Amino acid sequence: MTRTRPARASLPLTAVAALLAGAAGLATGPPAPPAREAPVARALQTPAPAQPSEFELTIAGDPGTPPRFAVPDFIDLGGGEGTAAAAATIAEVLWDDLEFEREFYMIPRDTYASIPAARSFETIPFDRWRELGADGLVIGTVRLNGDRITVQVRLFNIRSGRSVFGKEYTGSLTNPRLYAHTIADEIHQQQRGLRGVARTKLTFSSDRDGEQMRGPVDDRNIKEVYISDYDAANQRRLTVNRSLNITPVWSADGRAVAYTSYRRGFPDIYVSRIFEGVLETPAGGTDRIHNWLPAWSPDGTRIAFTSNRDGNPEIYVINAEGGNVRRLTNHPAIDSTPTWSPAGNQVAFTSDRSGRPQIYIVDADGLNLRRLTSESYADRATWAPAPFNEIAYAARNGPGYDIKVFDVASGAIRQITFGIGSNESPAYAPNGRHLAFTSTRSGKSQIYTIARDGKDLRQITNAGNNFTPAWSP
Amino acid sequence: MSSRIARALAVVALAAGLAGACGGNEPPVVRPTPPPPPSPTAPDEPGDAVLVEEPPVVPPEPMLEDPAGLDARSLDELNREVPLQPVFFPYDSNEIAEEGRAVLAANAELMETYPSWIVTIEGHCDERGTVEYNLALGERRALAVRSYLVSLGISGDRLRIVSYGEEFPFDPRSVEEAWAQNRRAHFVITAK
Repeated sequence: MTRTRPARASLPLTAVAALLAGAAGLATGPPAPPAREAPVARALQTPAPAQPSEFELTIAGDPGTPPRFAVPDFIDLGGGEGTAAAAATIAEVLWDDLEFEREFYMIPRDTYASIPAARSFETIPFDRWRELGADGLVIGTVRLNGDRITVQVRLFNIRSGRSVFGKEYTGSLTNPRLYAHTIADEIHQQQRGLRGVARTKLTFSSDRDGEQMRGPVDDRNIKEVYISDYDAANQRRLTVNRSLNITPVWSADGRAVAYTSYRRGFPDIYVSRIFEGVLETPAGGTDRIHNWLPAWSPDGTRIAFTSNRDGNPEIYVINAEGGNVRRLTNHPAIDSTPTWSPAGNQVAFTSDRSGRPQIYIVDADGLNLRRLTSESYADRATWAPAPFNEIAYAARNGPGYDIKVFDVASGAIRQITFGIGSNESPAYAPNGRHLAFTSTRSGKSQIYTIARDGKDLRQITNAGNNFTPAWSP
Repeated sequence: MSSRIARALAVVALAAGLAGACGGNEPPVVRPTPPPPPSPTAPDEPGDAVLVEEPPVVPPEPMLEDPAGLDARSLDELNREVPLQPVFFPYDSNEIAEEGRAVLAANAELMETYPSWIVTIEGHCDERGTVEYNLALGERRALAVRSYLVSLGISGDRLRIVSYGEEFPFDPRSVEEAWAQNRRAHFVITAK
């Protein structure tokens, strides 16, 4: 007698197949909006029962998928003018900040419309958020007391209804975005052990003010140094000397910007301590000794730079406050554009000693100089911070440049821009997961950020022409 | 097989399949819970309020007028007459060609006629190199011209150099004609 399989048994097997298929399809690549399994499959998963003494802080998604987070407007508890706007702004910016690292799937905010806004943490309709597919809910309150605001935030595990992260912040109302940035960094740290970049800044040079150089030659459009939040907000000008101010970089402690300026008629390195209003010239330039392209060591103690003081462009290192000049290269070719290794014991730089500009590495004491690239033209190395051990640079590709990344351990090279506009001057973010760079893909030269896998391109500037970005610590 | 055994087998198959699903790829790894902070506050409850602020950036001071102390107006007029002609360079090179040598000979003669002139030789590049490398190439070009003029007998004290890389093209267009004009050493009289 033939046995037919009991109808019940066939269901679990197809569910398993669906799980495997879904999981396999999502195992590679950055998090994508996950396919929803059939409800039957979900019911068959038995979550491990939590021990009474355990309290799991990390919110997980369904197996093989990133956790799905929602960030509705924060709860406005009133107290004065501006709390409603702050409550909305903080949530919007926080959603963007959490999306930037691509660790969570952020549920689009326009799908929250049907879920009633909670008036307190105790009245959150978790079942409605669960229907939307959320695993985690980031929600907060905003209250104004006089001129201080108090922001509370919770990250709720939707399944359990329990908060896994709770914090209270206070400060002024003038910059609501900063609360969102702070919360995003702390959530990334707690949930993923990840150092986020939501509070970091960019610096770059811009000709957007349309000013011209003072001096004997007409029609020279100058550039001034600007800073901005990593997400393009709060762009502000740092220099007003009506000269050429280019190649800015942040100090290791984020309290100063070093740049090349022609304000005295020749290029020298200026260190602007931007919170103290102090300006220094540690490399000691004169009308004969020219210094340019500063690079601050990760421990904050030294600045590497290019100088002509021995007759042709070479790499030198000085103490950040000036003094103790050491020469790193000694070759009649051009040696320029230094960048430090994360441990501060090596410098990568550009040299054309082989005939065309290529990327080289040398120890900080000048020994063990060796070549890394064999491009038709390579320049502007930027060394990724730990845990990545790679160096990005601009490589000639046809009439323009593309950003390539050299893996120091293996020597493998990958490309992350592909011939759309010309892409130069890469600079790593302090967590190594993103780069800022200059691109002409929109017509003019603008600053963009991009993830280290070449995805998630974002335009930062659109006023005037903008160049040579660097990312703060 | 009895239906009971069949059902049991189905459950085993399901469990194996589920285990396969769970083991075949990585579900989000539960990070080890950080040790509880010394204060009695649990991570899910806020402790004391944390101050959120950024220090304000001190506005930069505008530069004073005429910092180099040049008598700008009369020099402007002099330079507009372009008495010292520029020298042009081949692509990615600081080599001075024959026409360049003729131009420099004429410039040297003019400088000997006006021995009080102090001149800055600016090195410029076309836009095709990178911004960073071109700062050095411009320096090389200015240096090459300076060395040549010194070899013609002009005192080095009278010759300053500066590189502007690709920052100040003579012709901003992106065609070969413009690029050839931009690869230049440009003379500016900075004192007379």
